[in-house]
Amino acid sequence: MTNDSKIMDKETIRRSLMRIAHEILEKNKGKESLCLVGIRTGGAILAKRIQKYIKQIEGDEVPLGILDITLYRDDLTLVGAQPIIRETLIDFDLTGKKIVLIDDVLFTGRTIRAALDALIDFGRPSQIQLAVLIDRGHRELPIRADFAGKNIPTSIDQDVQVVLKEIDDKEDQVVLKKRGQK
Amino acid sequence: MSGWNKGDLLDLKDLTRKDIETILETAKSFKEVSTRDVKKVPALRGKTVVMLFSEPSTRTRVSFELAAKRLSADTLNVSVSASSLSKGESILDMAKNIEAMHVDMIVVRHKSSGVPKVLADALTPGIINAGDGCRAHPTQALLDMFTIKEKIGKIEGLKVAIIGDILHSRVARSNICGLTKMGAKVTLCGPSTLIPAGVEDQGVKVTHNLDDVLKDSDVLMCLRLQKERQQEKYLPSVREYVKHFGLNKEKLKMAKKDVVIMHPGPVNRGIELSAEVADGENSVILEQVTNGVAVRMAVLYLLLGKKEK
Repeated sequence: MTNDSKIMDKETIRRSLMRIAHEILEKNKGKESLCLVGIRTGGAILAKRIQKYIKQIEGDEVPLGILDITLYRDDLTLVGAQPIIRETLIDFDLTGKKIVLIDDVLFTGRTIRAALDALIDFGRPSQIQLAVLIDRGHRELPIRADFAGKNIPTSIDQDVQVVLKEIDDKEDQVVLKKRGQK
Repeated sequence: MSGWNKGDLLDLKDLTRKDIETILETAKSFKEVSTRDVKKVPALRGKTVVMLFSEPSTRTRVSFELAAKRLSADTLNVSVSASSLSKGESILDMAKNIEAMHVDMIVVRHKSSGVPKVLADALTPGIINAGDGCRAHPTQALLDMFTIKEKIGKIEGLKVAIIGDILHSRVARSNICGLTKMGAKVTLCGPSTLIPAGVEDQGVKVTHNLDDVLKDSDVLMCLRLQKERQQEKYLPSVREYVKHFGLNKEKLKMAKKDVVIMHPGPVNRGIELSAEVADGENSVILEQVTNGVAVRMAVLYLLLGKKEK
C-alpha cells in the first residue's frame, strides 16, 4: 500500500540521544559553560530529552533555550501566506558559552544557517556545535553536524518524518516516506 | 501556515474573528523581539514602508516606524507640511508618485474618513489605515484587545465599558467592531450629545450614567475628550463633563478591585482620568503603548507576506 519504511523506533531513538549526550560531554570535557538550544518544534523536544540525559550522567542540569527561526528564514517572501511565529525562549546570556544547537533532521542546512544568525543576535558564543537526530544529506550550504544519531541516504523526493510522543501523541519513531504522503 | 490572505488593513470590519486571533497570536511572539539586546530580526529585509501622515501623531507614527525597523524594513516619513500636498497636490496623486518608486507598504493617517480605502483601491502597495477621520483605527483596537487578552487571559464574555466622546472617536468605532466580534459585552457611556444615534444596532449597550458601568465592568476604556471640538458646543462645559464622566480615585472605589483601565492616549490629565488613576496600579496605559509595537510588527509581517492583493 505504501512505501513507508521505519528507520528508527522508540528504543533506537532513546539510545541515539543517550549516545549524543555522552558524546557532547566527551567532546566538551564535561558540562562547563555548556548550553543547549533546540530549534522549534522537533529540535526543542530532543533538546529537552538530551538535557535530561546529561543530568542523569552528570547530576546537574545544563541551561536550555528554545529558538524559533521563522523570522530568519531565507524563503520568507517566497512562500505564500506567512508561517506562524512562535516564541523564542532563551533566558541566559550566550556570550562566551559553548552552544549545542539541536534539530531533528539535517537536510539542506538552511534551517541551521537561519538558526546561526538568530543565535548570534542573542550574543557571542565561544563555540556553536550542531547535534541532529537524522542526517539525510542533500546539503545546499557548507554545514555539517558534530553529533548525529543516524546518517540515512535518501532521495530528494522522500520525506523524513520524525514522530515524537510530546508533539504527536504517538510512540516515537522515524519514518521514510515518499514526498506528499501523510 | 497562518492562512493569512489579506494585503491591506483598512478596518476591522474586513477581518474575521480568526484573522484577529491570528494577529494577536503572532504579536505575542513579536513582543519578545523588543526585549532583546539586538532588537531586530531580518524578516522584512528589503521591504520599504512609507508613513504618510496628514494629522499630528507621536505614538502611532513612532510605533509603526519602530515596528518596521525591528523587522529590518526600510522606513521613511512623509509629513504633510513639508510635502507637495501643501502645494495643492491631491493625496492620491502623491501616493501614486510614491508607488512609482516601488514601495511595498503605505501606512496612512488622514483627517478624512475613507482616504485609506481610496488609496487601497487605486494602488498596488499594501495600505494600512493608521486612523482616518472618525471612522477607524484598526491597529489601536488590535493592541487594545492584545492588552486585554494579556491582562485578563481572554476577551470572550468580558464586560468592557468605553467611556467618553464616542461620536468623534475612531478608536471607539474600531474597538466596538473588534470587541463584539471577539465576544465581549460592550457598553458605551457618555453624554447623549457624544454618542452616535443608532449605535445600539452594532450589538452594544448605551448608558449616560457612569455609575451604571463602574460596578461590574472588567475593563474601563476611557477616551480623550477632544478639546478641539469644544467650540461646537457638544457640552455645557468641560467641568461638567469631568464631574459626570471623569474617572478619579473616589469613583474607582465602586469598581472591581482588579478592573483594567485603558486609554488610547494622549491623556488629558484631570479631565477623562485623574492623574492618580492614570498612574495607578489598575492603569495599563503604558503597556498598551509597549504592546502597540508588537501588534504592528505582526500586522506588517502578515500583510507583507501576502504577495498579491
